[in-house]
Amino acid sequence: MEDEDIDLLLTDLFDLYGYDFTNYSRASLKRRIVRLCSIDKFPSFAELRYKVRTDEAYLKRFVEEITVNVTEMFRDPSFYKSLREDILPVLGTKPFIRVWHAGCSTGEEVYSLAILLKEANLLRKSLLYATDLNPTVLEKVRKGIFPLNQMKQYSESYIASGGVNDFSTYYTANYGQAKFDQSLAEKIIISTHNLVSDGSFNEFDLILCRNVLIYFDKDLQDRVLKLFDASLGSLGYLALGTKETLKFSVVQHNFKQLNREKIWKKIV
Amino acid sequence: MEEDSLNRPCGALVIGGSAGSLQVLFQLLPILKPALTFPVILVLHRRNSADSTLSEVLSSKNQNPVKEVEDKDPVLPGNVYLAPADYHLLVERDFTFSLDYSEKVNFSRPSIDVTFESVAEVYGRLAVALLLSGANEDGTKGFLSVKSSGGRTIVQDPETAQMPFMPHHAITHSSVDYILNITQMADLINRL
Repeated sequence: MEDEDIDLLLTDLFDLYGYDFTNYSRASLKRRIVRLCSIDKFPSFAELRYKVRTDEAYLKRFVEEITVNVTEMFRDPSFYKSLREDILPVLGTKPFIRVWHAGCSTGEEVYSLAILLKEANLLRKSLLYATDLNPTVLEKVRKGIFPLNQMKQYSESYIASGGVNDFSTYYTANYGQAKFDQSLAEKIIISTHNLVSDGSFNEFDLILCRNVLIYFDKDLQDRVLKLFDASLGSLGYLALGTKETLKFSVVQHNFKQLNREKIWKKIV
Repeated sequence: MEEDSLNRPCGALVIGGSAGSLQVLFQLLPILKPALTFPVILVLHRRNSADSTLSEVLSSKNQNPVKEVEDKDPVLPGNVYLAPADYHLLVERDFTFSLDYSEKVNFSRPSIDVTFESVAEVYGRLAVALLLSGANEDGTKGFLSVKSSGGRTIVQDPETAQMPFMPHHAITHSSVDYILNITQMADLINRL
């Protein structure tokens, strides 16, 4: 598959459906497209392109597969520990806490934070907005059902993040699935939102966008960071993935990094 | 072996290793000459943990600075870059790194194949890939990409590897230009 093929496909996606992937990190995007072409056994690029152009049902699968939907609960326990110890006590002084999980995928991180808020006795005055560009993954967020075979690892990460409860009290196991407590889901508002094309929709106290910016090029990263900057209240917090940074971005001077975790506080 | 091998400049050296490869790097990196004219990219299977001390450990005695990659870091000659734990590492056409947290490949993240394939795509015939000790099939597919783009492939001599499976698998299932022990690797790399 040539780079020109990718350009053609991206132009189609934008012209026909309004999806703009042109500022995604090209190496990763190309790898996803080549991978999908092979999984779905297209004999050539032309067949893949034809299918994407003509079959709206396939388009849904295409978008879902070329974007990365791998996530887990309490990934990087030290990050969650810092949220628990450094951020939630500050947010707790507010009458109301608005959180935005941008690019939340299937929602494992949203439920992780909901658990932290619950344990800090803050969940009742919190709202967690969970957004993604894929409607299918948001359906999973709404259900709060995750594979049971992951729970051992999630439980270990939960403990490492400073959790002291029996993790299994947060879900009901059934047929290989873990259904998380309804009291957590009640505080989660799901909505499709495309970071590339959609604007700010509320003011937040905490925005989490971890391991999403790695799929964007520098220009798009700057645009998205500006959107986050505009969507954060004063002294609000922005959390990124462990290998992502605000350094060298257009908004870096509006923020101060708190500690070794990738959490920044808005200072203007 | 290709005749022009040593007359051709190296655009990037990418080294993949799994079980038993760290010991090799502890010996190999310190005997590489300073100010290499190309970047060295290390993709190692390792435990996923927050500790980033591996890059510090690899730095000691190494004459070329070692850095664990962060998103969008530029790929510069004379530096040794370490793929961060639990991310795939890719190179963009503008010679910056991209990280990717997608599905594991060969039960691994970072996967050696993923980075080898990416380096093959960007550096073409100037890519040099080196595969060290390991007990996994990772790296073999990447070697095929490197070869089909005209690059060069080197494996650690399985006889000298703590875990010979990985280099041996590459020898039997792909195309390998050089089979070398550590001293020979250093000789070759220092002449690239």
